[in-house]
Amino acid sequence: MTIAWYLAVSALIFAIGAGGVLVRRNPLVVLLCLELMLNAANLALIGFSKMWGNADGQIFALIVMVVAACEVTVGLGLIVAMHRHRLPIDVDAMRELQG
Amino acid sequence: MSYIVFFIAALGTLAGAIGVITLKDPFYSVLALVVHLISLAVLFLLLHAEFVAAAQVVVYAGAVMVLYVFVVSYIGGESLTGSGGPGRAGTFGAFACGGALVIELFIAVLGSGLKAIGRGGAHVAPGFGNPEQIGTLFLTRFLAPFEIASFLLLLAAVGAVTLARRRGGLEDGVEDPPTISAVDFLRPRPYYTGTQHETLGHAETLSATQAVERQERAT
Repeated sequence: MTIAWYLAVSALIFAIGAGGVLVRRNPLVVLLCLELMLNAANLALIGFSKMWGNADGQIFALIVMVVAACEVTVGLGLIVAMHRHRLPIDVDAMRELQG
Repeated sequence: MSYIVFFIAALGTLAGAIGVITLKDPFYSVLALVVHLISLAVLFLLLHAEFVAAAQVVVYAGAVMVLYVFVVSYIGGESLTGSGGPGRAGTFGAFACGGALVIELFIAVLGSGLKAIGRGGAHVAPGFGNPEQIGTLFLTRFLAPFEIASFLLLLAAVGAVTLARRRGGLEDGVEDPPTISAVDFLRPRPYYTGTQHETLGHAETLSATQAVERQERAT
């Protein structure tokens, strides 16, 4: 299996995630789509790591996973806070910062 | 053999990804993401990244997804369906953006003229990507990123607790629980503080001068 195939899958997943961020209005699903994009980047990193026979790319992917876990934690905390304040769970309705 | 595994896993990842963005109920979106993550772990295994694949299944498909499921069930289904979609034009625009992104990425990656992506990659040693190698790298060459990552996790945990705790957080008008600061240790304390007298409930909180006055009166 050549590396190009993995990169093609990675590009497709990234585009699906980006489209999902644009289409969906529920912040939970937007977070899931961010996960998709980060995972696409991970797949590309690990593909390149295999391409060079060097494990540094895998370290990079693990650090990306740590950052994704942090992002999920804070994002879900925000969503729970929104729910506690009886705010609508909808990214289009959260427009207080819009001038 | 590896071709068959690759195509099955790639189809699984793509189907999971499409399921995440198309399913209406967020709960099913989370389950689709679990399918996606496990198929992706298979792809990682095909790329000789054993430890990353294991971490993917344990950390992502295990811990992070449990967090998601908890939040979805905490918030409840009816408040999550949202008020309609972005409309036909919006959806079309989003898919156009996604398609343009795919084409651009294909041109950027596959048309880059890198000869090595047309091959199966370098020939790797048997121990490539196993926990031993990853651990050695993390504790030698990548020690600083490792420590910074742990600090980042700590910060995220504190931030999440602060945001989501029952009182306070973003709320106004809620009294903070009493706190203690370093200055409190320097202030004069009431006379009986920390004695058995206070424990028995006779703590008339006297200041030190009042206590001295009372003693003088007694003698």
